[in-house]
Amino acid sequence: MKTSTGEFQTIVLFGGLSEIGLAILDRCVTPATTTVVLACRNVDAGADVATALHNSKNCDVQVVYWDASHLKDHDRWVAQFMTDHGDIDLAVMAAGVLGDQDQCDADPNAVADVLLSNSAGPSVMLSAVAQQMRVQAHGRIVVLSSVAAIRMRAANATYGASKAGLDAFAQGLQERLHASGVELVIVRPGFVRGRMTQGLPPAPFSTTPEHVADAVWRSLQAAPAVVWVPGILRWVFAVLRILPSPIWRRVVK
Amino acid sequence: MSDVIVAGWGRTNPARSSLYECANQQSVELVISDVGERGALARGLGRSYGDAAQVSGGKLVGLTGRIISLDPTSGVVIVDAGVSIDELLRYIVPKGWFVPVTPGTRYVTIGGAIAADIHGKNHHRDGSIGAWIESLNLITAVDGFVTVSPASDPQLFWATIGGMGLTGVIMSARIKLIPIDTPLMEVTTQRHNNIDDLMEAMVSKDSDHRYSVAWVDTTVSGSRLGRGVVTWGDHASSERIRVGRGRRVRKYKASQRFSVPEFIGSRRTIRRWNAVAFSEFWFRSAPHSRADELQSIPKFFHPLDAVGNWNRLYGRRGFVQYQFVVPDDRPDVVVTALRCVARERPADFLNVLKRFGDAGDGMLSFPMRGWTLTMDLPVTDGLGQLIHHLDELVMEAGGRIYLAKDGCSSPQVVSAGYPRLNEWRSVRSRVDPDGIFQSDLSRRLEL
Ligand SMILES: Cc1cc2nc3c(=O)[nH]c(=O)nc-3n(C[C@H](O)[C@H](O)[C@H](O)COP(=O)(O)OP(=O)(O)OC[C@H]3O[C@@H](n4cnc5c(N)ncnc54)[C@H](O)[C@@H]3O)c2cc1C
Repeated sequence: MKTSTGEFQTIVLFGGLSEIGLAILDRCVTPATTTVVLACRNVDAGADVATALHNSKNCDVQVVYWDASHLKDHDRWVAQFMTDHGDIDLAVMAAGVLGDQDQCDADPNAVADVLLSNSAGPSVMLSAVAQQMRVQAHGRIVVLSSVAAIRMRAANATYGASKAGLDAFAQGLQERLHASGVELVIVRPGFVRGRMTQGLPPAPFSTTPEHVADAVWRSLQAAPAVVWVPGILRWVFAVLRILPSPIWRRVVK
Repeated sequence: MSDVIVAGWGRTNPARSSLYECANQQSVELVISDVGERGALARGLGRSYGDAAQVSGGKLVGLTGRIISLDPTSGVVIVDAGVSIDELLRYIVPKGWFVPVTPGTRYVTIGGAIAADIHGKNHHRDGSIGAWIESLNLITAVDGFVTVSPASDPQLFWATIGGMGLTGVIMSARIKLIPIDTPLMEVTTQRHNNIDDLMEAMVSKDSDHRYSVAWVDTTVSGSRLGRGVVTWGDHASSERIRVGRGRRVRKYKASQRFSVPEFIGSRRTIRRWNAVAFSEFWFRSAPHSRADELQSIPKFFHPLDAVGNWNRLYGRRGFVQYQFVVPDDRPDVVVTALRCVARERPADFLNVLKRFGDAGDGMLSFPMRGWTLTMDLPVTDGLGQLIHHLDELVMEAGGRIYLAKDGCSSPQVVSAGYPRLNEWRSVRSRVDPDGIFQSDLSRRLEL
C-alpha cells in the first residue's frame, strides 16, 4: 500500500537496469518499502544491482526476468507478480533502448527492435499493470517518455517515434484511468546525461538521472499528469513543436 | 450500492470502493456472501485517521441503526452499531446517563468505537470501552450472526474488541453506561512550563479525578520543551451546581457552529506560523492554576466538534495523527519524541499527553499502562522520515502505535508492539479463513 506519508510498500521497476529507473528507486525506496522487483532481461546484471540496492536500502529486492518484446507474456507476468507479492503500489516503466538511427535505416529489423522495446512492449505491459491496479483500485504508474516524443528529428527519428507511441498510449491510459483510484504520470525528460547518452553531444537544458528522480518523487506527492525535466522544457517545447520545419531543422542540427 | 472514494480523517490516502448501506442483518449477509478477492469491511463515520476504515477495490458496509433500549435501573443500553455517540448522548444524557468512554469527538459510531477499543480521558480509572461491553451481535464470515460475550466465546469477543473490523461486522452491542447527576463537568486546570513538571503533576494528581489529559506545546524547545496545560475533570454533582455561582443551563446542548467549506481543503491553511501563534495563545490564555470551573460536556470532551470538517485545514496532502504509548517507566521516550518533533518544526499545535491505566483484554487493543502522546502532523516531504524515527523509539521502548490512527507504520513495528497478534490471527483464521474481511490497514501491516 501507499502510506499516508506518500511512501510505497511494493515497487516494480520495468527496465530494472535503467539508470534513470534506478535513480528513481533510490528516491522512492524508503523505510516503508518492503519489496522491490527489478524486471529486466539480463537477470545476472540485475542480481548485482539488486544486491547493491538491498544493502543500501535494507529491503527485499528481487530480480524477475522480463523481456519487453515478449508481448504475449506480460499478462501472465503480472498475474505471477500478484501471486508472489500482492498489490503493486508503484510501477515505474523505464524500459527502453536508444537504437542507432543509421542501423535502423539500413535494417528494418532494427526498427522493429526499437519499437518493441520502447513502444509496443511497454505499452502492453502498462495495460496489464493498469488493469491490475484498476482491480486493486489504487496504485501509481510512472511512465518515462522523452521530449523526443514531441517532435521528430533526423538524428533519432526511430527512437522519437517509439517514444511518441508510448507517450500517446500513456496519455490514453491516463484518460482511461481517470477517477479509478489509479494515477499515471508521464515524465518527459530532456537530454539526460548518463550511460545511455555517453559520447553524444549534450543538448541545451540537459538534466541528470537524479534530477529526473526528484521530479518523479515530487510528482508522486502532487499527482500532475505530465512532468517535464527540467520544468522549463514545457515552455521550450510549446514553441519548438510549432516551429516551421526549416527552422526546426536548423535548431536541432 | 454506490461507488465511493473515501479516506480516513487525515485525508491522506483516498481509496475507491463500493459502499453498501445496510439496515439489517439480511442485507449485510447478502453483501458478504459475494465478496471477491478485494474483501469487505464495515465502515463507521470514518473518524479513524489513516487507512483502517477503507478497503480499496472491495466492499464497504455502512450501517444505519437506532437505540434499541435503555434499562433505567441498570443503565445498560442496547444499541445498533451504526448509531453515533452523538446520537446516543442526546438520548441518554437527559436521562442521567453517560457513555463510559468517549473519544475526543462524538462523531464516531458504536461499531467504530468497539472495533478500535477506544479510550478516553478516564482510561486511568475506567479502562477502554471494551471493559463496558456486556455482549455483541456480530456477523462473521463463517458462522454468520452470532452473539458473543466475554463468557460465551472469550477468544472471539476479545479479538473483536480492538479488532479493527477484521473479525466481522458488529451489528449491535449491550453497553453499560455510567450514571451522572448533571450534564456539567467540574474542571481543574494547571499550566506547567516544561514537560517534567507537567508529567509530575499528572502522576501526582490523576488519581484524584475521573478524567485527565494534557495539551503539550511542540513549538518551543530548550527549557520550555513540552510545556503544557493539564486539565482534570469530574462529572459535577447537583449539590455542587446549586452552591455554585448562579444557575447554569442544565440542558445538554451540542451543536456545530461552523463547518470548513470544501474549497479550503485544496491548500494547507495550517502553517508553521499560525501553529506557533496558536500554541503561544493557547498556553498563555490558560490559567496558571484554576479549580472548580464548570464546563459543558461538549466543551470538556469534544471541543473540536464545534467546527465541522476541520481536517480540511490541513490541505490536499492531509495530515497524520501519530499516537503511541510507552510503558510507565519510559517517560523519557515522550521527552525524546517531543524533542525530535520540536526540532523538525512542523506546523503542529494539537498534541495530547495522557497516562493510561492497566490494559484491557482486547488482543489488539492499544491502551496499556504508561504514557500516550498524540500529535497532529501535516504531511510534508520530511514527515515519513520523522515518523520512521519515532516508530523506532517506540519499538525500542516496548511501546506501540494506535491502529485507529495509523496510516504509515510497518508490519515489524506493529508485530513488535502487539505481542498477542498471533493469538488474534488464529481467532481470525477460525472465523474468517478465506480473509473476507480486509482493510487497507490490514494489507499494509500484514495483519
Ligand atoms: C477528533 C478526533 C478525536 C479522537 N479522539 C480519540 C480518543 O480520544 N480516543 C480514541 O480511542 N480514539 C479517538 N479518535 C479515533 C476514533 O475514536 C476511532 O478511530 C473510531 O474507531 C472512529 O469511529 P468511526 O465510527 O468513525 O469508525 P471508522 O473510522 O469508520 O472505522 C474505524 C474502524 O472500525 C471498524 N468498524 C466500524 N464500524 C464497524 C462495525 N459496525 N463492525 C466492525 N467494525 C467496524 C472499521 O472497519 C475500522 O477498522 C478520535 C478521532 C477524531 C477524529
